[in-house]
Amino acid sequence: MLRESAMGFAADHATSPAVREAMASPLGIDAALWQSVTEQMYWQGILIPENCGGLGLGMVEAMIVFEQLGYRLAPLPLYACAQSTLALRTVADHPQARLLLSTLAEGQVVSLGHTVARPHWGLEGVAVTALRAGQTWRLDGEVRFVPAGHLATSCLVVAQLESGYGLFSLSTEQPGVTVTKSGTLDQTRPMASLALSGVEVSAENCLSENWGGNLERVLDLSRVLVGAEQVGCAQASLDQSVAYVGERIQFGRTIASYQAIKHKAADMMLKVESARSLLCYAACVSDDWLAGNAGACGLAEAAAMLASSAGDAAFFCAGTGIQLHGGVGITEEYDIQLYFKRARALEAYLGRPDEHREFIAGLLLDQGGTHAA
Amino acid sequence: MQLRFTEADEGFRTQVADWLSDNLMGEFSAIRHRGGPGDEHVFVEERKAWEKRLAEGGWTCIGWPEAWGGRSATIEQQVIFNEEYARAGGPGRVGHIGETLTGPTLLAFGSEAQKQRYLPGIRAGTALWCQGYSEPGAGSDLAAVRTRAEFDPGSQQWKITGQKVWTSLAHESDYVFVLARTDAAEKTHKGLGFFLVPMAQPGVTIRPITQLTGTAEFNEVFFDDAVCSADDIVGEPGDGWKVAMGLLGFERGVSTLGQQMLFQTELDEIVRIARENGSGRNPAIRQRIAEAHIGLRTLRYNSLRMLSGGEDGALSREAMIYKLCWSSWHRNLGKLAMDVLGPDAELLQSEPYGLNRLQSLFLFTRADTIYGGTNQIQRNIIAERALGMPREPRGQV
Repeated sequence: MLRESAMGFAADHATSPAVREAMASPLGIDAALWQSVTEQMYWQGILIPENCGGLGLGMVEAMIVFEQLGYRLAPLPLYACAQSTLALRTVADHPQARLLLSTLAEGQVVSLGHTVARPHWGLEGVAVTALRAGQTWRLDGEVRFVPAGHLATSCLVVAQLESGYGLFSLSTEQPGVTVTKSGTLDQTRPMASLALSGVEVSAENCLSENWGGNLERVLDLSRVLVGAEQVGCAQASLDQSVAYVGERIQFGRTIASYQAIKHKAADMMLKVESARSLLCYAACVSDDWLAGNAGACGLAEAAAMLASSAGDAAFFCAGTGIQLHGGVGITEEYDIQLYFKRARALEAYLGRPDEHREFIAGLLLDQGGTHAA
Repeated sequence: MQLRFTEADEGFRTQVADWLSDNLMGEFSAIRHRGGPGDEHVFVEERKAWEKRLAEGGWTCIGWPEAWGGRSATIEQQVIFNEEYARAGGPGRVGHIGETLTGPTLLAFGSEAQKQRYLPGIRAGTALWCQGYSEPGAGSDLAAVRTRAEFDPGSQQWKITGQKVWTSLAHESDYVFVLARTDAAEKTHKGLGFFLVPMAQPGVTIRPITQLTGTAEFNEVFFDDAVCSADDIVGEPGDGWKVAMGLLGFERGVSTLGQQMLFQTELDEIVRIARENGSGRNPAIRQRIAEAHIGLRTLRYNSLRMLSGGEDGALSREAMIYKLCWSSWHRNLGKLAMDVLGPDAELLQSEPYGLNRLQSLFLFTRADTIYGGTNQIQRNIIAERALGMPREPRGQV
């Protein structure tokens, strides 16, 4: 039922003209659509616990919605909100975290900023430091690739402490905080950078002084949401290509009737369905992990397998989709190029497929083995 | 998608595992892990005896209705049986054609008399079957079969003449089911019949086909006025295609998880060698080993999706990609095995042509992407049935 309603809503509202209009707008999202999502569909509440005003659902439900968002390239800040929700759930006992979760449930945008992604997306990329100054903390540094950061009223920021890593919340209006929307190759999924210069935050805005171990788990859950978008993106590339080759006539027949075209389409479907099988698995493991029924290693393995498979699937399908569209595939007019750019962006976000495979190889070849479910 | 089985199903798993560990020992120790694809020619007598042992324990035909000696096992229980069978190293089943193809076909399309005559032997593990579908001129295009069946009113028998090919275990089988042309004027899927033919008769000749591995598990079967009785046709003359196609839909993926257990042991062996001989430090090999691991897990979750799908019998999207998926994966695994073995991959373990398991895997997996519908045919099927693209036109030659 959620699938049908998400599919219908996205199809009706996240149309190609709406996506293109949002892309070209200063904020890069469809603000009116975001308002109806938060008021009518309540997708921002899926991962928020009920006692914070959310729906108290899980990653399987989130996966269903994110697949549709990816299918339509919906220009919404939902990913940013889901990711910060997952980060806040790791510190759910903190009063400030509960407050932020309630804010998220009301439809405010909160983003997680954790890295400059040099050289990697993990803790080694954290470029913000926090120094304790009496009852307050002083934050300095830079964060890049903050999802929808320029729309956020508050940001969660990971910062290096004298020892370990902390998680802080700050208002984007605060003195010393500069938010800049980043120009991106994929214009449908806007991001921002944060520059922090002598930002003072109170002790209650330090959500955790020992948060380093949580980052990879939050990123693993994020990879599952991204994987759902990638499956949607791959499926849309396939569907649009099949529709196009069914209409294009050359040599007196539709080009869909050529085996060279059919076999490419079949290969695309194989990639889509393979990634979808891993996505279903990874979403189930994510819910198990959130419920305390699965280990972190199993979650990391599932997320890495999905990121490798869905990253390749989306890029293969969008790239092959351009080829099947022929000349019009490289024009601005057709949407397949938008999927191609989205696929490229997502493939590299939070680690490339080859890096995820190297992680899996490490489990198999350098350690004791993997944790199958 | 359910990642886990119910407690009752897990109880069933224990029952299966216990029985297998109690019985797959002593005289049957030697055949553990033997007789699978690529190895079907070995230990045939021992595997026939094992088939009877399975039958005595009530472990043949578990998916059949209880009325015919089965257990009316659910899909989940059948999956569990196959998983445990593979885990225990259960040998390749000489009875699997009868159990998984002939039996379900007769249950769906057979007459009461045919069921009475043939099902008990299959259930008891005493009557072995082989299949007579492909012909030299009818591979991917199965409907092009030319083997003829003519009814002789004098003897009240069908007389069958023609040639079948790729028939495994033909010389060990008691019966063959044959797709043959009942209407000589027709050339396509019309005018076919589905026949149940005894193998032990003068009109049937078997010739083994030696493969690239040096072994022979497939055969050619020649029919020269071979006979079967008037009531050994399933359905009516002209129904053959319908019966044959129904049969291809019976499997529904219950054996896929068992098959994957076997794949896992192969991958484990390759990983072990890569750790030992240092090839596991090569970044390119590491990528391929990770890909193989991810691919195998994909097959597993693909199967779990298939199994939790609808009961309407319509093939779901994940079922349509399954053959293409596993065959390509397995073929790539064969090549990975060679590359992990390195220079040693070239050396035989004995003359004249004694292959080790991985060499055999490498060579025989080239068949995986061909039999049961080539990868090219699978891609046509996916494009046409799942994606609704235009069907290939029939030629006139």
